[in-house]
Amino acid sequence: MRDVLSAVIGKSVRQVARLRGGGSALPGLVIEKLDPGFLARVLGRLPYGVVAVSGTNGKTTTTKMIVEILESQGLRVFTNKTGSNFSRGVIAAAVQECSLAGRLDADIAVLELDEAHAIHFIARVKPRFTLLLNVLRDQLDRFGEIDATAKLLQRIAEATTDGLVVNREDPLLEQTGASQADRLEVRSFGLSSDLRAMFPSDDDFHRGAAAPDGPDEAARPEADVTLTRVGDHEATFRIDGVDHHTGLKLEGLYNTFNAAAALATVRLVLAGGVKQQSDALEVHATTGELLASLANVRPAFGRGEQLELDGHTLELVLVKNPAGFRLALASFPAAGVASMIAINDQYADGRDMSWLWDVDFGTLAETGVDTVSGTRAWDMALRLDHDDVNVGQVEEDPQRALAEFRRRTMGQPRRIYCTYTAMLALRKELATLTKVEEIW
Amino acid sequence: MTLDERAAEMPGERELVIVSLYPRDMNIYGDRGNVLALTRRARAHGFFPLVVDVNPGDPLPSQVDIVVGGGGQDSGQGRVALDLVSKGEELRHLASDGVPMLMICGLYQLFGHRFVTHTGEELTGIGVLDVETRGGDTRMIGNIVVESDEFGEVIGYENHSGDTVLGPGSRPLGRVTRGAGNNPRDGVEGARSHNVIGSYLHGSLLPKNPAISDFLLATAARARYGGFEPQMIDDSTALRAREAAQRRPR
Repeated sequence: MRDVLSAVIGKSVRQVARLRGGGSALPGLVIEKLDPGFLARVLGRLPYGVVAVSGTNGKTTTTKMIVEILESQGLRVFTNKTGSNFSRGVIAAAVQECSLAGRLDADIAVLELDEAHAIHFIARVKPRFTLLLNVLRDQLDRFGEIDATAKLLQRIAEATTDGLVVNREDPLLEQTGASQADRLEVRSFGLSSDLRAMFPSDDDFHRGAAAPDGPDEAARPEADVTLTRVGDHEATFRIDGVDHHTGLKLEGLYNTFNAAAALATVRLVLAGGVKQQSDALEVHATTGELLASLANVRPAFGRGEQLELDGHTLELVLVKNPAGFRLALASFPAAGVASMIAINDQYADGRDMSWLWDVDFGTLAETGVDTVSGTRAWDMALRLDHDDVNVGQVEEDPQRALAEFRRRTMGQPRRIYCTYTAMLALRKELATLTKVEEIW
Repeated sequence: MTLDERAAEMPGERELVIVSLYPRDMNIYGDRGNVLALTRRARAHGFFPLVVDVNPGDPLPSQVDIVVGGGGQDSGQGRVALDLVSKGEELRHLASDGVPMLMICGLYQLFGHRFVTHTGEELTGIGVLDVETRGGDTRMIGNIVVESDEFGEVIGYENHSGDTVLGPGSRPLGRVTRGAGNNPRDGVEGARSHNVIGSYLHGSLLPKNPAISDFLLATAARARYGGFEPQMIDDSTALRAREAAQRRPR
C-alpha cells in the first residue's frame, strides 16, 4: 500500500512539476521526504539487482553501453536516462517508470552515480555490481581533492555486495580492487602495453611525455577485457586470451577504452545471473553476441555527438576536466575542421578555470580556433594565446557566438568543444537549426 | 642539456633561470600556467628563460634567478616536505639575497614555519615566510579579489582549508575585497618577505596578473644584469579575462 501511495504521489508531483516547468529531480525530492525507504524497496526487488557506474570521466556513455548491450540480450533495464545522476534523480526516474503498484517493470537497474552524491545513494541501496572507471582531476572545487574522490569510490566498492570491475590502468582503483578481493568477485579492464602510451594520465602529463615505463604485459594481472588495438571506428578486445575485432559507432579513444569497461561489466552481470528465485530471464550470450550489440551503441549526448548543419557535420565534444580535454584533442584531429570552444563556469561546469592550464593546446596552433565563447571566453582566449593558437573571435554569448561561427565557417565541417552548461545552451540553439536528438 | 652547455650554445643571450619547484608533486591547480606565463613574458621582455624542474632528490641548479612553486594533494605535500627541509638553508639564503620567488597554496604553507594537519600531524616548513598554518574546518573556495599596494588588484581563485596566520616578519600580499584569503578572520591574503610572495591564489595566478610576472622578472633581471627595461606588451586579453572573472559569482 505504501508503495502505491508513493508512486501516486510521485506521479502527481511530476505532473504538477511539468505544468510549472520544473526540473526532473523534483518528484524525487518529495518522495524522499515522504518515504525514505521507497528506492531501496523498489530496486531491491529486481531479479538481477543494481549495477552502479562511477568514476570521474565517461559515466554517461559507459552506462549507455551497458544498458544497450543488456537490452539487446533481452533484459528489461531500468536506468537514470536523463543524466540527472543524483539519487533524487534516480528516485524521480523510478517514480516515472513504476507501475501504480510500486513495481519497476525491469529485470535490472544500471545507474550512473555522481561521486558527490553516490554516498547518499549507497546509504539507501547496496549495488550488487559496481564499475569504477577512473579517478581524474575533475571539478576540484566541488569535490576537494583527488584523494577524496578516490576515498568516495572506495566507499561505493565497500557497499557493493557481489562483484566489482575496476580500471587496471588506474593505480588508485587497482588498490580499491585489491582491498575488496577477499570479499567480492573483482575483475578489471585494461590496455595492452603499447596502447598505454596513448592514454597519458595526469601524472604522466606533469612528468613530461607519457612514460611507457610500466611493467610489461606478462608481469601484470590479467584483465577480464583488454583493449589491444584502436582504429577509426573499430577496435580489438582480448577476452579469455582471444582477440575479437569489432566495428564501433562510438567516437574517440576514451569511449573505446570505456567499451572494454562495459563489456567486462556485462560479462560479470551475466555470470552472476539472477540473484533470487524469480521467473526472470536467464541470459547466456556469446562474446560475439555482446560485441555485435556494442557495435551498435551510439555516443551519448555531447560525447562526440554528430549533428548535421548546412550540409556538413558538426561535432559536439563535451570537455570538463584536463584529462578529458587532452584526450578529446588527441582523439579528433584538428586539420580540415573549423573549431569553436565554449567554456562556462556555472556550478555544474566547475567555477575554477585553473584546469585550462593543465591542457596543452599546441595541436590547435596550426589551424587556430575560429570562435571562443562562454562566460569564461576570455580565460580560454588567454590560455590559447599562451600556446600560440590564433583566435578568430571572442563572443561570450553562446547564441551570438554560434550564429557568427556558422556564418564564418560556411562550407566546412565544424567541431565545438564545450563544458556541460555551454553544451546545453548550444544544443538548445542548434535544435532550432537542425535535428538534435532528445537528451539521452 | 645542462645549464653550462646551454650557455655555451647561446653566447650573449640574457638568460634567466626559472626553477620550477616540485612540478611532479605540486601541480594541482594549473600551477603549470605560472611557469608558462613567466617564460612567455620573459621572452617578451628580451630574456631567454630557462626552466629547471627540481623534483624531490634533485639538487638546485648553481644559478637561480626565480623560483616558482605550487600546490598539491595532501599525499604529495608529505613527500615534498622532507625534501624541502633538506633544501631549506639554501632557499633561505637565496631569499635573503633577494631572489624573487612565488609560492602558491601548498608550497606557500611549507615556506612558512609549519603546517599542522587536521589530525595533528606536523609538517616542518622552511621559515622563509613568517607564517603558520593549521588545517581548518572551513573550506575557503571561490573567486577572490585582493587589493595590493604593490600590484594593484590581484585576481584569482582560492580553494583551501588551511588557516594561515602571519607573524610580524611578513606582511600580507594585500587586503581581500572579495573572498576569504589566509583565514576566515583577518581579511588579508598571502605573505611577503624579501622578494618572496606566498599566496593561495591560483587560476592560474600569473597569466591574469601580469604585474606580478613583471615584478618577478624585473627583480631577477636587476640582480643578475643590473637593470630592467620593460617592453610594451599587449595585455588586452588578460585585461578582459580579469574583468570577466570579477563579474562572476564567488
